[in-house]
Amino acid sequence: MKLSTKYHGTIDIEENEIWHFEQGIPGFEGEKQFVILSFEENSVFYVLQSVNNEALAFIVTDPFSFYKEYEIKLDDAVTHALQLEKPEQSMVYVILTVRDPFKETTANLQAPLVLNTTNRKAKQIILNDYSRRQPVAAAAVKE
Amino acid sequence: MLVLTRKTGEAIRIGNDIELTVLSVSGDQVKLGIHAPKHVDIHRKEVFLAIQEENEAAAKGHSDLSKLLKG
Repeated sequence: MKLSTKYHGTIDIEENEIWHFEQGIPGFEGEKQFVILSFEENSVFYVLQSVNNEALAFIVTDPFSFYKEYEIKLDDAVTHALQLEKPEQSMVYVILTVRDPFKETTANLQAPLVLNTTNRKAKQIILNDYSRRQPVAAAAVKE
Repeated sequence: MLVLTRKTGEAIRIGNDIELTVLSVSGDQVKLGIHAPKHVDIHRKEVFLAIQEENEAAAKGHSDLSKLLKG
């Protein structure tokens, strides 16, 4: 299917590339289908693009490459909602709030996106610890 | 808003499967126990609102994003 995107123009995606956020995400409860797109020139950041709303896209990244000590525990409610049976089925991204200059960009470690790669169900969960505005590590910024 | 008065140890049923119990009251703090099905998300309201706001801020992105990402 053809998809109009915020950062990648119009692209072709397959139905099986879609991630299903059954409850949307906080603030965008009506948006339940997203795809994750990469930037050609940059392998660290990805775009979480809404399938139904061209204008809605988030910049996301793999938190573990930035924050080595980052650790999340999934409670029963989450594993149940996503039908996660083992950790290997899961992928985690965090949303970046991109600011100019880029070094002021922050990552939302408090509300990671958890994805089940087996059934493609996904959910933004809310943790009690971690900051929702964690500055991105200096090492990740190309000066 | 529906207002109900409860004592410590008393509860409120919401629908068939949600139960709120007043566990203790101390000064202006109330400790609540919540029984709800797993599919019901329960969050402190201010935390949920903060995450909503952060998502909204993140969704704005940046007009010159590709330049920023290239550094």
